[in-house]
Amino acid sequence: MANAENKTFNFELVSPERKLISEPAVMVTIPGGEGDFGVLANHSPLLSTIRAGVIEVVGENDNEPRRLFVAGGFADVTPENCTVLAEYAINVADLDQAKIEKELTDLKEDLAMAEGGQDKARVQRKIDLANAKLTAVTGELQL
Amino acid sequence: MPSLKEYRDRIASVKSTKKITSAMKMVAASKLKKAQDQAEASQPYASAMAEMMSRVAAGVIVTDASPRLLIGTGKDDVHLLVVVTADRGLCGGFNGNLARKAREEILHLEAEGKTVKLLLVGRKGRDVLKRNFENRFLKTFTGIAGKTRIEFADADQVTQYILEAFDAGEFDKCSLVYNEFKSVLTQTPSIHQLIPFSLPEVDTADIDTANEGKHLDAPYTFEPEEDAMLEELLPKNLGVQIYRALLDSAAGEQAARMTAMDNATRNAGDRINGLTLEYNRARQAAITKELIEIISGAEAV
Repeated sequence: MANAENKTFNFELVSPERKLISEPAVMVTIPGGEGDFGVLANHSPLLSTIRAGVIEVVGENDNEPRRLFVAGGFADVTPENCTVLAEYAINVADLDQAKIEKELTDLKEDLAMAEGGQDKARVQRKIDLANAKLTAVTGELQL
Repeated sequence: MPSLKEYRDRIASVKSTKKITSAMKMVAASKLKKAQDQAEASQPYASAMAEMMSRVAAGVIVTDASPRLLIGTGKDDVHLLVVVTADRGLCGGFNGNLARKAREEILHLEAEGKTVKLLLVGRKGRDVLKRNFENRFLKTFTGIAGKTRIEFADADQVTQYILEAFDAGEFDKCSLVYNEFKSVLTQTPSIHQLIPFSLPEVDTADIDTANEGKHLDAPYTFEPEEDAMLEELLPKNLGVQIYRALLDSAAGEQAARMTAMDNATRNAGDRINGLTLEYNRARQAAITKELIEIISGAEAV
């Protein structure tokens, strides 16, 4: 149970396939659907959507935050818990810039060839995801 | 009466069948373990999702403007059945029972004057239902059930298809027909309605007392607000339900195969014993016959 002196809260990252992370954290920054927000212990209860982006987790003895890329999902915050549901999650360090750039070029070709609104929308979603990944790696906004 | 050689051949062939079935049993047992682990690992996400749904549901008033996934299209004419079976056979009544359940449901719905469309996941279900209901097929997904690890992306491709078809107005209601994994020995074919989705019953008194225990003094903030949140949650929740059904079905398939192969191995063992007995009897008879011939030959001299 959290109390006033307690600086940490329990951070959980869950994908549909398994629980990826469950550990105490001091601060977590989450790319919310309506803007990024930071979570400290004793945060007021909050439910939010998540857009594709980077979650930063600062643990008790960490100087540098751990950076995780997530795509689409939800965050459930209570004073002593922070649960992130994400369909896709990967360490930012594991993302390969060259690979993503290649994927992006391929997808753009696909988009040019895609016929029909549904196909186009599907490819566009993939492009948005790849762009978000690239932003996570390079730190620059992709336009 | 078969010759001794024929007996020997038949025993050898049953023996090799027994080897195969017992190997298949072992393989199914290890796959079952993996499938069960996977189903267990997916539990936290599903329960977290269910918790969110109930929190959001507590603050939502259902109106005509609510998401269509929740309130439906307002009609009840076209039903989509998503039938989940295995890709491969040799697993006892697993596929057959499910196909029977699906057939009953189709006939039942059509007797009520509804139109039925089918979405099939798994090759076996398609093969069985093809005979009578091929004209109702919308799409078939194969190659999912046979995988060692079913990924969420597999479920998602089915989900996306359903959502697109729903948006295109292809159907009004959607139900999932799948084998529910009760235990290693029982898998029950069951039907579960997906669209329109029924919100979990919320007992407000319950939530209040639960919150007191957790010292929640502030009310929940929703970002975006409840209605928009629900709009996002519902499709995701659909995906989770389909994913869980696929996992259940995969575990059930392996369990059913294990049981079926165990039976087959035992039957093969019985058959070998029976054949060996007959073989020995025939051999004995041949020896006796030979002796009689020798003796009667000697007496004649």
